[in-house]
Amino acid sequence: MSTAKASSGVDSFPLWGKVGLGAGRAVTKPAPSAPTPALPREGREQDPKNDLAPLLQVDGVSLEYRTPERVVRATHRVSFDVHAADRFVLLGPSGCGKSTLLKAVGGFIAPVEGEIRLDGQRVTQPGPDRIVVFQEFDQLPPWKTVKQNVMFPLLASRTLGKKEAAERALHYLDKVGLAKFADVHPHQLSGGMKQRVAIARALAMQPRVLLMDEPFAALDALTRRKMQQELLELWDEVRFTLLFVTHSIEEALVVGNRVALLSPHPGRMRAEVNSHGFSLASLGGAEFQSTAQRIHDMLFEEEHAEAEA
Amino acid sequence: MSAIVPPIRPEYERTLEPFTEVPLERTLPLPARIWAQAGVRKGLILVVIAVLWELAARWQNNDLLLPTFTATARALVEGLASGELIEKVRISLAVLLQGYLAGVLLAFALTTLAVSTQIGRDLLDTLTSMFNPLPAIALLPLALLWFGLGRGSLVFVLIHSVLWPLALNTYAGFQGVPETLRMAGRNYGLKGLRYVLQILVPAALPSILSGLKIGWAFAWRTLIAAELVFGASSGKGGLGWYIFQNRNELYTDRVFAGLAMVVLIGLLVESLGFKTLERLTVRRWGQQR
Repeated sequence: MSTAKASSGVDSFPLWGKVGLGAGRAVTKPAPSAPTPALPREGREQDPKNDLAPLLQVDGVSLEYRTPERVVRATHRVSFDVHAADRFVLLGPSGCGKSTLLKAVGGFIAPVEGEIRLDGQRVTQPGPDRIVVFQEFDQLPPWKTVKQNVMFPLLASRTLGKKEAAERALHYLDKVGLAKFADVHPHQLSGGMKQRVAIARALAMQPRVLLMDEPFAALDALTRRKMQQELLELWDEVRFTLLFVTHSIEEALVVGNRVALLSPHPGRMRAEVNSHGFSLASLGGAEFQSTAQRIHDMLFEEEHAEAEA
Repeated sequence: MSAIVPPIRPEYERTLEPFTEVPLERTLPLPARIWAQAGVRKGLILVVIAVLWELAARWQNNDLLLPTFTATARALVEGLASGELIEKVRISLAVLLQGYLAGVLLAFALTTLAVSTQIGRDLLDTLTSMFNPLPAIALLPLALLWFGLGRGSLVFVLIHSVLWPLALNTYAGFQGVPETLRMAGRNYGLKGLRYVLQILVPAALPSILSGLKIGWAFAWRTLIAAELVFGASSGKGGLGWYIFQNRNELYTDRVFAGLAMVVLIGLLVESLGFKTLERLTVRRWGQQR
């Protein structure tokens, strides 16, 4: 069943690839009338009306993890929808299970309740249609050069042959500005560059959903800001679908177009806030500040209540 | 006491000229560059040892107990020139490689089983704790009984001496592979043997290499010791037999030449084999400095 899912994801890639690859750097935005790459209309057995059906559905998902002594509930009946080309952000304090949730979408953890559906098909195991960009820098195999790293998932999942994989790898390395470093090993790169490689690697796979688990958290503040901007520019160009986990309110508002707030212990949906109007330029603006304040109040109300009690 | 208030100082801004005062990079002086070569430093150590040996032997002045370095070198060159020593080395190495490779393959199979199943893990745990402490040479009498006086029993004890330490090291290496890297591998849909070969083995290569080195040393020790014990395998003895025979005939310089040969091969394999392997892999990848 999972192979069927994976291959159906792969089937939609050629269309995607043409938009991304053939056009090269010249195209900054697809024409409004063209189908967005992550939402191919052809080759998909769907009612045209159903085009607006969400790409990724998280439906009443409860997650638990085990310690030697007890079973801990990480999230409780969490539901949200991610549509094609969404930049959906999961925001919450540490301990709200957002990373666990992302791993569940990645297929690394099975929900104890509810289900996760990608294109209507249940997610049961990890697969190359949902590529994860992790926070840790050691996600890049150190024995492969930068180019080989980007090629790795393409070859491992047998998506492309060696030659095409190399071509595509160079294309995406160029997009993240690392074409010069193609033959360098990861240990010679800075943290920001390693994350760029991871992003290029994820984009090169052209996954249905790109999963990012606090990808910029281990970077310094200046590099982080630069990476956020680059990510938005890439999205503008490629229009991938993104599920992004962070614990920074500012980052959530800047990166996402929709922000889901989770409460801690266990993670439950607290709110979903639109943030499509914000970019790095709106930092410090009155509207940005008030939204940030609103989110801040929602996240910390429990603590206030506890403190007053 | 009033609180200290730091003074408010004027701001300034300056435009910088291109930096030309000092060159940005300099090459190190020649002696420092020569000293940076590991070969030079290690060669120096060998020379010092040889000189000390020569001095000690001359002071001792008893060829039967401790021949001089030059006498040993002469015996070594003679042995090599006559082809006798080379033949002995060839016999020993052939058996050694057989046992070593078989041991490596078995260790790989055992650890692959151990990372994929719970029962495999238990099997590895139990077997290594049972057999690792058992000296290979202690199994030799048994091996002789089972496989007879010959190559078979030698290979058997060699496998025993390589398998357990290598399996332990490899398994420890597999367990030390970072979780992120594992998840990344599974994320691309890698499973089973492909997952082991493409993710676990390269990621654990530093431990695997040290296991291979330990295994190599253990195999040498076992082989020489085994040959000392029962000597001729099917009429032709290896290096251990050469040492044993010459000791019986009190050619101490040849005994030393045989020992020197073992040491030389060890150095050669270390510097040409393992060091090259390390340079091409774990060092280049930044997994080891």
